[in-house]
Amino acid sequence: MSVLVYAEHDNATLNKVTLSVVAAAKEIGGDITVLVAGKGCGAVAEAAAKVDGVSKVLCADNDAYEHQLAENIADLVVELAGDYSHILAAATTTGKNFAPRVAALLDAPQISEISDVVDGDTFKRPIYAGNAIATVKCADAKKVLTVRGTSFDGVAEEGGSASVESVDVVKDAGISSFVGEELAKSDRPELTSADIVISGGRGMGNGDNFEILYKVADKLGAAVGASRAAVDAGFVPNDMQVGQTGKIVAPNLYIAVGISGAIQHLAGMKDSKVIVAINKDEEAPIFQVADYGLVADLFEAVPELDSKL
Amino acid sequence: MKVLVPIKRVVDYNVKVRVKADNSGVDLANVKMAMNPFCEIAVEEAVRLKEKGVVTEIVAVSIGPKAAQEQLRTAMALGADRSILVETDEEVQPLGIAKALKAIVDEEKPELVILGKQAIDGDNNQTGQMLAALAGMPQGTFASEVNVADGKVKVTREIDGGLQTVELSLPAVVTTDLRLNEPRYASLPNIMKAKKKPLDVKTPADLGVDLTPRVTTEKVEMPPERSAGVKVGSVDELVDKLKNEAKVI
Ligand SMILES: Cc1cc2nc3c(=O)[nH]c(=O)nc-3n(C[C@H](O)[C@H](O)[C@H](O)COP(=O)(O)OP(=O)(O)OC[C@H]3O[C@@H](n4cnc5c(N)ncnc54)[C@H](O)[C@@H]3O)c2cc1C
Ligand SMILES: Cc1cc2nc3c(=O)[nH]c(=O)nc-3n(C[C@H](O)[C@H](O)[C@H](O)COP(=O)(O)OP(=O)(O)OC[C@H]3O[C@@H](n4cnc5c(N)ncnc54)[C@H](O)[C@@H]3O)c2cc1C
Repeated sequence: MSVLVYAEHDNATLNKVTLSVVAAAKEIGGDITVLVAGKGCGAVAEAAAKVDGVSKVLCADNDAYEHQLAENIADLVVELAGDYSHILAAATTTGKNFAPRVAALLDAPQISEISDVVDGDTFKRPIYAGNAIATVKCADAKKVLTVRGTSFDGVAEEGGSASVESVDVVKDAGISSFVGEELAKSDRPELTSADIVISGGRGMGNGDNFEILYKVADKLGAAVGASRAAVDAGFVPNDMQVGQTGKIVAPNLYIAVGISGAIQHLAGMKDSKVIVAINKDEEAPIFQVADYGLVADLFEAVPELDSKL
Repeated sequence: MKVLVPIKRVVDYNVKVRVKADNSGVDLANVKMAMNPFCEIAVEEAVRLKEKGVVTEIVAVSIGPKAAQEQLRTAMALGADRSILVETDEEVQPLGIAKALKAIVDEEKPELVILGKQAIDGDNNQTGQMLAALAGMPQGTFASEVNVADGKVKVTREIDGGLQTVELSLPAVVTTDLRLNEPRYASLPNIMKAKKKPLDVKTPADLGVDLTPRVTTEKVEMPPERSAGVKVGSVDELVDKLKNEAKVI
């Protein structure tokens, strides 16, 4: 067995989710090669080479890969797919975008969002918004997997000493181009890797009211998330959505404020270690999963919490 | 311009599914079924493009059991002009579905294929991307805005860090995210009209595709249950518990 791990990065730094993907690769077994594709991404390749358990890093540095366009990245991965038995990517919007393309081009099945490795052919994955866990098996010689980052503890960032090989394969499909992006800027920790997350729902009433959550977040070093209702209502941007169709988080502490606890929201946070719910409706389903529930008006409870931290 | 909209029959999103006692799967007997919510958004987008005069014909397609005709009728009530059912009672997986859709694309030659980004049962998030690869088309996944102009389509995508806009040559595949639009409800007259719209039934053999599953489900289990904890009476008590009992702050 040998595993190819696709590195997640922004051309400057290696995203920590890759450490979780390498952890999944280690459980599968065999040599681990990490592919870093991007533009001016040499520092990322250097960082990947130091990651525990990695035996080789391939670096494809070219304009064609700068924005992770799925068409170009998939063609590159297919070109390099050679003898690897498993091709792994994080179940992020980057991985979800190109990985199925790779699978189809290789006529290999993809298993999405694995949450556990049973053996090299057998994996667990959540289905039905996490209301069921399927154990699936695939005997194909080559398979594509995306990995749910929060389900695997990342390997150490240091300790490895892999060689970095540059790859000069240029794949520019020429059918798609990058126009622009609007990236959220925040000094707070990243939602999917934060130790503490505080999320607001429709109960917040408007975007300005999120200020009271930001204050608490800054005292706790927490990231701020939201329910779909809060995003749809325009209170906060889409990248803050937690849930089945948003981001999956599993922090040590998750504080849900003014969130009712729909199954689609629970799917994104119920693996958190400790859950706190603040809601004025004592019947709200969120209390069924909360370790600590506070039935209160959030506009009184949250400022009070802020003052007592 | 013709648009193809693949839709899937799934368990209604309000249903909390139960795992079968023998762990062979999820119990779908007598459970309310509906069109996958992301597919409703796909149909709505196609209809809006038709209303803008960009699109001339909308073809809905589903791969699945005979009962999926219900969802195809719904799509036609919402504005699809005709539909195709590739009928099978076997389990079909994304790669197989993508191959069947590729065969339909070869026949229908649409300029745009709009799919849901994920089905809320399998949660695979694969089919659109696989179809795009097989058909050699570019893809705009997780779309929150779609603009067709000058033989190209501009797609704004919801990505982890925010939003990204890409431009694709046509024909192209688009997969829908939640904020692309808010689907309308079908009106009674349109539901009646949909009953008369053409619905073609084919078999996988007609398309010459092999839908044999490549992944087998060994078992399906309940996730570990979380039990409800305690209600605290005040913010002070909450802070105390978090500090001294849970030790998380
Ligand atoms: C296909 C599909 C995918 C979806 N994906 C997601 C997803 O990924 N993530 C997600 O979150 N949702 C998702 N949803 C939506 C989900 O079903 C719910 O609609 C949504 O989670 C509700 O958000 P909410 O809890 O903020 O709002 P509501 O359900 O409206 O709840 C608001 C809560 O705030 C409380 N409240 C109001 N005012 C106060 C106050 N002053 N003080 C204290 N409490 C107050 C109320 O008691 C209530 O419980 C999806 C739905 C579909 C159909
Ligand atoms: C009888 C039966 C039993 C099954 N049993 C199992 C099981 O035990 N375990 C298991 O994991 N899977 C099972 N499946 C398959 C599973 O339900 C999915 O159909 C399949 O894995 C596709 O994944 P997805 O829907 O999550 O695809 P996604 O890639 O998430 O779907 C994205 C989009 O692709 C399009 N699409 C998807 N499916 C279709 C379709 N059929 N027709 C038209 N468009 C479509 C839609 O636009 C959809 O929004 C079964 C299927 C059948 C019919």
